[in-house]
Amino acid sequence: MAVLDPEQGGPAFRESLRKRPLSRWNETIIKAALAACAFVTLATTALIIFVLFRETISFFREVSFADFFLDTEWQPLQEPVSFGIWELVAGTLNVVLWSLLIAIPVGLATAIYLSEYASPRIRRILKPILEALAGVPTVVFAFFALTFITQDMLQPGLGKGTVPIFNSLSASIMLAVMILPTIASLSEDAMSNVPRDLREAAYGLGSTRIEVALRVVVPAALSGIVASILLGIARVIGETMIVAIAAGSTPNLTLDPLASIQTMTGYMLQVGLGDAARGTVDYRSLFAVGTMLFLMTLLFNIAAQIIIGRYREQYE
Amino acid sequence: MQVEQIEPIDLQATGAVARRQAFSRVARYFLLAVSLLGVAILFVLAYITIVEGVGRINLDFLTNYPSRFAGQAGLRSSALGTIWVLGTTIALAIPVAVGTAIWIEEFAPKNALLTFVKLNIANLAGVPSIIYGILGLAMFVRFAELGPSIIAGALTLALMIIPMTVIASQEAIKQVPPSLREGSLAVGATHWQTVWYHVLPSALPGIITGVILSISRAAGETAALIMIGAFSFIAFDHSLNPAEALRDDFTTIPIQIYNWTIRPQEAFRQNAAAAIILLMIAVFALNLTAAVIRERFRKAY
Repeated sequence: MAVLDPEQGGPAFRESLRKRPLSRWNETIIKAALAACAFVTLATTALIIFVLFRETISFFREVSFADFFLDTEWQPLQEPVSFGIWELVAGTLNVVLWSLLIAIPVGLATAIYLSEYASPRIRRILKPILEALAGVPTVVFAFFALTFITQDMLQPGLGKGTVPIFNSLSASIMLAVMILPTIASLSEDAMSNVPRDLREAAYGLGSTRIEVALRVVVPAALSGIVASILLGIARVIGETMIVAIAAGSTPNLTLDPLASIQTMTGYMLQVGLGDAARGTVDYRSLFAVGTMLFLMTLLFNIAAQIIIGRYREQYE
Repeated sequence: MQVEQIEPIDLQATGAVARRQAFSRVARYFLLAVSLLGVAILFVLAYITIVEGVGRINLDFLTNYPSRFAGQAGLRSSALGTIWVLGTTIALAIPVAVGTAIWIEEFAPKNALLTFVKLNIANLAGVPSIIYGILGLAMFVRFAELGPSIIAGALTLALMIIPMTVIASQEAIKQVPPSLREGSLAVGATHWQTVWYHVLPSALPGIITGVILSISRAAGETAALIMIGAFSFIAFDHSLNPAEALRDDFTTIPIQIYNWTIRPQEAFRQNAAAAIILLMIAVFALNLTAAVIRERFRKAY
């Protein structure tokens, strides 16, 4: 390749130098195209906020703030209409409460077992199976909740009189199964990241394995565990199919697990199925509830990210 | 000389220590039992579903259109709709997602804008699918007047899966060691040549794994598509010409499962179970492929 040797400066080398500005141009175009891709994600957020807020503002031109936040009745589809959001918020909190009561103990026990007790071989088998649960489409969980949990287990077990066909408990059980991989897997990561020194110091002082797990590892990994729970809450709040199919469509201001309820997402799906005409108050209420939902999930997601960010600083 | 006999020391703990040790031993089995609960649920649900639905799976079930008679209803239009929507979603989302990941990891100036872009993507990944549904309803179905069509569904799902695909691709690109880039740059390759010929090929298995997991998420999505209005009775095959097919109304397998689940008759419950078996086979096949690619091409740098 003597001609390309800069010392000799052959014609081919000079030619290649002349071509360079063109290749710089290509690089600039490619970089601009890649930046444009990243812009799509920013535009998505901007569009979500724009769409939600525009329709929500129109909604509040027809329904006053006071009615929305002070009325306790949510009855938008039949006269006399009323738009008290709390019945829907209560429905969401109902399933959040009961699903967490199941998912936190089971998820943390799984995380402690995987991180502190399990042999590498058992871990290699157990973890992928657990993560397979995360891949199950939620409409499948919804089917299980309505048919197997309610019709085959709860109703025969507790009596048809006490368990309505649509109830919060069946939805909560399947929501717990849905977020189990999130809580178990992220908590396990946090526990595995606890430095060995802490464990060994505790063993050196004569602690047993469960004492090390509960009094050293869990407190040291607490921020990661809390973050996993917050992400789980955000997923429960935003989940639609399970609650829409299994929990019912009766807005109800209660935390009773055996009541028929409606969540914020459940209401949105109901309106979506009804093909609400554009410009009607039903259509706009969809976006008002959507804004509430968006803000609630955003709150939990951001809280989780802040906690994860703090926790990373601790050990790195 | 007499060797002094040493009394053997008893290492068995007694009293409070013994109780603590016993508690720890019992805890092991308790925790294992609870951990197996998740696994047990997965197997029990799989077993019950197979018992309920396997009898309904036959050729007619795959080739029949939906019907109000459970015994004649099939997955033809929902399976075709799923293929069309997923194919379009992939074509729209993957280039944008991988491009974004490359920009973030390789080209973006390290400034406040980049921090904001990353934070924004993390938050978008946590936005509930039904919110993407009402975004699609307002933007694509109503404002752009695409109607509840395949293209409107695919655009909605594309926006939904881009954030998680970006995050997975970023992780894969981060795994490529700096030495590979430096070697390429040192012999005179431009920045883009380095990315195209060295970084991307090394990151490809990780990117493909992330892409497959995102596709399996889109394949099971129901709420967002119902929100854009994809809940209609479809009894025709889509044209093979994309220009015509993309404007068609559609339905998908998860929507068909929803449709059958909410009917009270037992026969439709069997249809739903049968459709779930087929959907889960497809989803697990995708997840398994992703796992195999991840293990097969895992490189230790």
